Amino acid sequence: MPEYMVLLYAPETEDEQDRWADMSEWLAVTESLRKAGLLVANGPLHPVASATTVRVRGGETELTDGPFAVTKEFLAGYYVLNCADLDEALHHAARMPTARRGSVEVRPVMSAREVPAPGPDAGGRKRAGTGNG
Amino acid sequence: MADLAATTVVRVFRDERAAVLATLIRYVGDFQVAEDAVQEAFEAALTTWRRDGIPDNPGAWITVTARRRAIDLLRRARSISDRAERLAALLRLDQQEHAPMGEASAIADDRLRLIFTCCHPALDMPARVALTLRTLGGLTTGEIARAFLVAEPTMGKRIVRAKRKIADAHIPYRVPAGEELPGRVRGVLRVVYLIFNEGYSASEGDRLVRAELCDEAIRLGRLLCELMPGDTDAWGLLALMLLHDARRAARVDGHGRYVSLRDQDRAWWDRDRIREGLGALERAVRSAPPGRYQLEAAITALHIQASDADATDWAQIAELYGELGRLNPSPVVGLNHATAVGFAYGAETGLEFLGPLLDDPALDRYQPLHATHAELLRRAGDLTGATRAYARAIALSANGVERAELERRLETLTADRSGDGG
Repeated sequence: MPEYMVLLYAPETEDEQDRWADMSEWLAVTESLRKAGLLVANGPLHPVASATTVRVRGGETELTDGPFAVTKEFLAGYYVLNCADLDEALHHAARMPTARRGSVEVRPVMSAREVPAPGPDAGGRKRAGTGNG
Repeated sequence: MADLAATTVVRVFRDERAAVLATLIRYVGDFQVAEDAVQEAFEAALTTWRRDGIPDNPGAWITVTARRRAIDLLRRARSISDRAERLAALLRLDQQEHAPMGEASAIADDRLRLIFTCCHPALDMPARVALTLRTLGGLTTGEIARAFLVAEPTMGKRIVRAKRKIADAHIPYRVPAGEELPGRVRGVLRVVYLIFNEGYSASEGDRLVRAELCDEAIRLGRLLCELMPGDTDAWGLLALMLLHDARRAARVDGHGRYVSLRDQDRAWWDRDRIREGLGALERAVRSAPPGRYQLEAAITALHIQASDADATDWAQIAELYGELGRLNPSPVVGLNHATAVGFAYGAETGLEFLGPLLDDPALDRYQPLHATHAELLRRAGDLTGATRAYARAIALSANGVERAELERRLETLTADRSGDGG
């Protein structure tokens, strides 16, 4: 069965208390997914202020303090679910409390088969325009 | 005869491609591979049929050829899940028979699967529309691009992206079941309705391609009725499209000008479309309370069935618009309701119904509102008010044909006014 990463986005304005207000609901959803054998992994993330974005440009590593994009929402947690197809994953995503206040992103996780096989230049993957010929 | 081969390819492409593709997708498990295989089969058909003559059953020839191309492509496509099992199933099928795949009912199921997949709500609406036209209709990417006034590469990317999402996200290839089904059917009908509207409503762009959009939408509507004969909304939508489309030729005059319903030459209406549309409407209202498509179709039927514009049953039309407004409120429905009331009970009553819309600041720049207001004021005898409302409507009009019509009406009005004095 394909795996899905379910990413939970909460409104930035939400404070710590709001964040945990639905604790019993979180526990119930999580437990039901675990019992159904769908849950691969899940966990909450630290608030957005603790985020660091890493970029590599021309071999140089650049660090940015903050999330990857400027939006009104921050990535608040994730689930990894094992579902038959997208419909099943969307169904469970809609059960997340965040779906009501923020957004829940469902992103298919690439299976090993879908990851391109390493080529002759397996060490550093070539990019158009950056290769040295 | 070379030309006969080409015309047969075109006909089979239009009539049978979707069914062949739908079944092949189920076997292959991948949109793109199945589509490439079917495309290559049609390319091979042109060469082979020109050389060897046209086979007795061209559709079956395409099916078998596409299947063998799919087997070749699958052997190379390592990213497809269950590739070995799928290859084995295709090879088994190929050894068993050379006839088309499966039973008629299985083919029908496959086409439904394809429709529901192309109209999946995880794809955005423009992608759904494009993918439906591309995979279920007989339109090329270039034709779809021209119909929607976007560049061909843009439309191509939109379609490729949609197909990738179907594959990557595992959008299921199935007809939704249970409580999920009604909502998904509504979604599919909406896509077909949007395709039809795009072809019918806009008067700019390539008119020929737009007519093809209407034809495609009607073909899809017929297919949905054939596949889901118990769905009254599907029949309602088909009726609505047929009854509108019946008047297509009469809506524009020889100079490309818009002709209002009232002034249309009824000899230009398509009698076959009307007959089929009325039959569909009868089925649509037989067993369930009418939904929005049925109401819209019934309104159009009343217009069409009147022997001439003056004999139209405006009171009943007003009632149907009222019902439609309760079910599906929108400014357009509100305007049409007021207009119908104006014809049924007098322009002053129509103006009363228009009042709330005129008070809505969100509709201040809504051109049709001012055009309707002008028309009602003119009929109520308020020529000064009508002149002002026409001017406002003309200033807001972005469509050349429409603006010309409004200017013509304003001129008539001015002529009437100067005529009053003499």
